[in-house]
Amino acid sequence: MNWNNLVQVTIYLGILLLCVKPLGIYMAKIYEGKPAGINVWFASFEKWIYKISGVNPETGMVWKEYAVAMMLFNIIGIFVVYILQRVQAYLPLNPMRMPGVPFDLSFNTAISFATNTNWQAYGGETTLSYLTQMVGLTVQNFVSAATGMAILVALIRGFVQKQVETIGNFWVDLVRSTLYILIPLSLVLAVILVTQGVVQTFKPYSETSLLQISKDKDGKDIFGQTIPLGPAASQIAIKQLGTNGGGFFNVNSAHPFENPTALANFLEMLSILLIAAALCYTFGYMVKDRRQGWAFIAAMMIIFVPCLLGIIAYEQKGNPKILNLGVDQSAVVFQNGGNMEGKEARLGIVNSSIWAAATTAASNGSVNSMHDSYMPLSGLIPMWLIQIGEVVFGGVGSGLYGMIMFAIVAVFISGLMIGRTPEFLGKKIEAYEMKMASICILIPPMLVLFGTAIAVVLPQGLAGILNPGPHGFSEILYAFSSAGNNNGSAFAGLNVNTIFYNLTLGIAMFFARYWLAIPTLAIAGSLSKKKIIPVSQGTLPTHTPLFIVFLVMIVLIVGALTFFPALALGPIVEHLMM
Amino acid sequence: MFTKQIRPAFFIFLILTIITGVIYPLVVTGIAQGLFSRQANGSIIYKDGKPIGSRLIGQDFSDPKYFWGRISATTPPYNAASSGGSNFGPLNPELIDVVKARVKALKEADPENINLVPVDLVTSSASGLDPHISLAAAFYQIPRVARIRNMPPDEIKNAVMKCASRRLLGLIGEPVVNVLELNLELDEFK
Repeated sequence: MNWNNLVQVTIYLGILLLCVKPLGIYMAKIYEGKPAGINVWFASFEKWIYKISGVNPETGMVWKEYAVAMMLFNIIGIFVVYILQRVQAYLPLNPMRMPGVPFDLSFNTAISFATNTNWQAYGGETTLSYLTQMVGLTVQNFVSAATGMAILVALIRGFVQKQVETIGNFWVDLVRSTLYILIPLSLVLAVILVTQGVVQTFKPYSETSLLQISKDKDGKDIFGQTIPLGPAASQIAIKQLGTNGGGFFNVNSAHPFENPTALANFLEMLSILLIAAALCYTFGYMVKDRRQGWAFIAAMMIIFVPCLLGIIAYEQKGNPKILNLGVDQSAVVFQNGGNMEGKEARLGIVNSSIWAAATTAASNGSVNSMHDSYMPLSGLIPMWLIQIGEVVFGGVGSGLYGMIMFAIVAVFISGLMIGRTPEFLGKKIEAYEMKMASICILIPPMLVLFGTAIAVVLPQGLAGILNPGPHGFSEILYAFSSAGNNNGSAFAGLNVNTIFYNLTLGIAMFFARYWLAIPTLAIAGSLSKKKIIPVSQGTLPTHTPLFIVFLVMIVLIVGALTFFPALALGPIVEHLMM
Repeated sequence: MFTKQIRPAFFIFLILTIITGVIYPLVVTGIAQGLFSRQANGSIIYKDGKPIGSRLIGQDFSDPKYFWGRISATTPPYNAASSGGSNFGPLNPELIDVVKARVKALKEADPENINLVPVDLVTSSASGLDPHISLAAAFYQIPRVARIRNMPPDEIKNAVMKCASRRLLGLIGEPVVNVLELNLELDEFK
């Protein structure tokens, strides 16, 4: 690790933390309906949306109604994206004449984008029409993120309200998240990205000649290059901000048209964690205990920063297997060195590593380097960040509500240890909340481990492996970790565009999202009904360093114990073989 | 409870689709095409009025008179219509073979060069379309290009520096050289 690596990490984390408070306050005002500029200007437009949709924005929903509205909206989304892909050949805005997408791939992609996973079994530039990308995928990029944020806000109301049956109105939370938070940020980011060279056009792919005539595998001459185009910048902005991660092009943010410069990379990387981190502050602001918001950010950073530094360290060391082949992997003035397989020269080790940590800590899943080609241990870290449940920043909304589930468990356990009634922010934590929180914590590991187990015993599962040895097992484990926690990144060597993987991973993504969202809403409903117990001497404070460390330990113990055996068979064995 | 939500679900889905899926991309496209049309259309480089490539998409160079770029794992190499990396794990024997083959090719093109080969010249990029190499990788190739083109190495080095970009604010990103721009620059000398 050299000094520039540390400088770049420090700048990244510093700017991220500077953005947390202003954006956090802004979002809290939006959700509380207080004036914050843009929501005043568009107030009558917002009212018009509710009027023609038959929504009364003043009427709250009980949690079951909220869940029904959320599921209905998401199922419509899945259905529409599925149909769009199947019939894209007959629709306009398809200059490259892409044919309809097969049923299994359409099923997988539709669920993938509605659940904010954005797992890609397809290659954008070879599969989808501009219309599908825009009206299908870009829309889901927005609304899946907004759905996560709405669920979080409902849960926050559970802590704020006293003895109330309702938890807010799903439609209002959804529309406000989209209109006032996601669209303005995306618009600004998209335009900046265009200035850096990210493409944004409806023209067909462009044909150019080559400077040197090249040859293909059969020795035939190639005279030209097909430059892929499309409305990419508008989709890339929201895919980063909304922790979606589904790229416009096959290699996602490693593609020079998605991520052309250092500035573009920095802003895209910042966007991965921006909203998720700021929502912690929003939480603190809304529950009127800002220290609690910072406590969550601290807990997340305690896990995030060592993981980030670990990835950089192992990648910067390089690959010992090619050391004796006359190759220079050292970091000197004119090169950054390290393990450059599957990385872009302009991004180098440090920006690839920060991205790998951020995209797996948050459930973003976009990549700017190929995780499959990472060294065994630096490939282990991103995989493990996914496996601990996407609660270190996590998805927008879903990350924090996941972390709150862990906090509920932590409060309960510490309550048992010291013999006090477990309560969190004045709300008593009882058997019902514990049941729901346990469901949220146990479902993703179950999906990951069962899914992996099935795939490694079936020939259809083994058929997709690219790399020999334990690395092949890692590819499968990573795929189910990613789907079972709605991340979306991959060890991309695994060929997942098969009926087996499209269906199994599709099902995993569906349950990973909604089987967590619904119990979370149930907790929101049950907390809302409770009284707020005033702080007394018997109250366990939940913003202290002691509690932060305790919370981190709960997350680590659950994550480590559940996945250590599986990780030992994959990356750990591979490291020992090196 | 269920039937009450059907109408809002459909209408809000439709409205949000129009806003985020039609209006938003059109607004971005309008701004992009109006103000930054060169970048928005792929940063195409023209030579004598004809498009010769994009400054952001690498091209395949194997002729010793040109600077070579990263290895591309697409088929054929630098196939911009289908981006992709090798996805080789670090211990995969195929990775070792590819590295060996590239080192051999570089040595054959320039037998007198006894320096270690910079790692980015022997590894595949993530996209398969990487337009850049490190400065070290460019410097490594200067003697070869100078010899074949019969030009003083200093002149080649000036061309390299002309096509190099530094870190943002001297801190962020990595310093790199754009291979296509550099080779176009060299062809100007003739």
